[in-house]
Amino acid sequence: MRKNWPVILLGAVLLTGLVLPLATGASPPGFYIEVLLGGLMAGVLYSLVALGFALIFKASGVFNFAQGAMVLFAALAVARLAERMPLWAAMLLALAIMVVLAWLIERLVLRPLVNQEGVALLMATLGVTYFLDGFGQTVWGSDIYSIELGIAKEPVMVLEKLFQGGILVNKEDFVAAVVAAALVLGLALFFQKTATGRALRAVADDHQAAQSVGIPLNRIWVIVWSVAGLVALVAGVIWGSKLGVQFSLSQVALKALPVVILGGFTSVTGAVIGGLIIGVGEKMAEVFLSPILVKTFDLAGGGIENWFAYVLALLFLLVRPEGLFGEKHIDRV
Amino acid sequence: MLYRENGQFKSTYSSDQQMLPILQDRVLMGALLVAAFVAVPLLISDYVFLSLLIPFLILTLAAIGLNLLVGYCGQISIGHAAFMAVGAYAAYNLSQRIPQLNFLVVLVLAGLIAAAAGILFGLPSLRIKGLYLAVATLAAQFFMDWLFARVKWFTNYSPSGSVSPPAIELFGWVIDSPPEKYVFLLGVLVVFTLLAKNLVRAHIGREWMAMRDMDVAAEVIGIRPVYAKLTAFAVSSFYVGVAGALWGFVHLGSWEPLAFNLNLSLNLLFMIIIGGMGSLLGSYFGAAFIVALPILLNQVPAWLGMPISTEMASHLEFMIFGALIVLFLIVEPHGLARLWAIGKEKLRLWPFPH
Repeated sequence: MRKNWPVILLGAVLLTGLVLPLATGASPPGFYIEVLLGGLMAGVLYSLVALGFALIFKASGVFNFAQGAMVLFAALAVARLAERMPLWAAMLLALAIMVVLAWLIERLVLRPLVNQEGVALLMATLGVTYFLDGFGQTVWGSDIYSIELGIAKEPVMVLEKLFQGGILVNKEDFVAAVVAAALVLGLALFFQKTATGRALRAVADDHQAAQSVGIPLNRIWVIVWSVAGLVALVAGVIWGSKLGVQFSLSQVALKALPVVILGGFTSVTGAVIGGLIIGVGEKMAEVFLSPILVKTFDLAGGGIENWFAYVLALLFLLVRPEGLFGEKHIDRV
Repeated sequence: MLYRENGQFKSTYSSDQQMLPILQDRVLMGALLVAAFVAVPLLISDYVFLSLLIPFLILTLAAIGLNLLVGYCGQISIGHAAFMAVGAYAAYNLSQRIPQLNFLVVLVLAGLIAAAAGILFGLPSLRIKGLYLAVATLAAQFFMDWLFARVKWFTNYSPSGSVSPPAIELFGWVIDSPPEKYVFLLGVLVVFTLLAKNLVRAHIGREWMAMRDMDVAAEVIGIRPVYAKLTAFAVSSFYVGVAGALWGFVHLGSWEPLAFNLNLSLNLLFMIIIGGMGSLLGSYFGAAFIVALPILLNQVPAWLGMPISTEMASHLEFMIFGALIVLFLIVEPHGLARLWAIGKEKLRLWPFPH
């Protein structure tokens, strides 16, 4: 228990930061809840990308830097295809493309690099990132595109009686959260209940042992990367409809890295909860902490949400390297 | 035939330990240095200096710095441009606030400040490694980006956030024409390469390599991980900080807050992957490759009579970089430097391979 004190301290500081604006009356409760909800929504999206990371890391030990690029690629594909065909067809076709992509990555990149150290694999996915960024923009174009999901974007006022001024809620955000939750639930079921899911977990546990009981590693990896592609597709569509499909999507998706650090690399639950923590923490910090910093240090502007997630992950690494839900790692010579 | 060390005996310890043990290598190196210092400044056009040679020299220095950390000590960093930024802004502030300081002193101080920042962000490496460290260094990248864009003191309250440093002057020698810049940079690079070469073959370099190959085993045989890792971070950031200061002062002239972004960090990493990890020569090759490729991509299609748009060229550049990284990792994980070594070995046996 004594070893846990830095974690508890960090958690306490975060919690205090979370409650302080409300407790000190620095913000009206309605506005506070709006910010909180905004953070949760952003968090759901981070979780979606982080989920892709966690899946691939679990099953193949690859730290997939390219997840962000896959999100961008999928979003671009859907946006451009949807110009020619109905949205559902575009999404199906994009999914097919992502599966082909997963297969190609497994064939051309991962199979030759099997049994290499993690860092070499990380660099390989960096290469894949660059390739996908360039390829995606060559094939699909590099302007800003939009995805129309056909859901109203205008915010709706709710709970006007409870709070003064009510709370602005975006219907699209709500749908996004539901979709993300459904996806997580579906994946959890897939992992726990199906034969393929069990095979995936076996591979995650121990490659060699899994192979020796007759689980085809190569096929499993294609499946994992395809699932990651599916997750990227969902994240890309939701984000694309929110922010517009453009190159910066690939950078936003990088935020999923601190999320998996926080949640623990190997944990699906961790990815979801880490995403929510980061999303809320970031929005809260931007809205409530930023103005204070700007005033005290005379900064040229806020924007601390650009690094808040990373620094939070860094602090977390110092006190608890395995993350919230990760397995503790012991090194032997 | 020509490249064979037959008959070159070593009879003292110092001749056994010299950097270039073979006579032909020494001659080649001497000729190269003479060519680089004397012939190149007289013959080359300004365009080549500005777009090719000057970025190449500075990025080589940065790549050597990163290579010391990633290639020799095995600690991955994908945020090293942040330390370039620290060096650049430190040099800018020093030269603004203490104008009488010699530029060489400014460079060294900037490097030291970058080293301090490197140690700070290297601290997590004591508890984590590999992939986790990548994220920690990303934190450095985004935090520094923000710091220099937002804190007005660093940019000397310039309204746009961009800074323009004064011209460089060394003991009355004003360095402003491209050939002068080139000679100055070459001098700096030669000194730093020598330093790095000696660092990596001394005990400290061996500690780094032991750390890289297996940290737990290194610890068991009595290498202090704290010391080894933090010195690697410090030395690496020092190099990169100096390179950053030069990048800002000599190459860019004046720069925006986001001149040292994630893209530059990744490019540095690509340089050492393509050039060769754990090889100083590789840093040269990698930097040359990364600097030359975009220029080639812009020129070659025009020569072939099928011009492509600049937008297309930049996408192609991304694709080619990405594909090359993967290719090198699969086919030749030790990069161009390894190819060079193989070539040399072949040459030694040529024309009688048995």
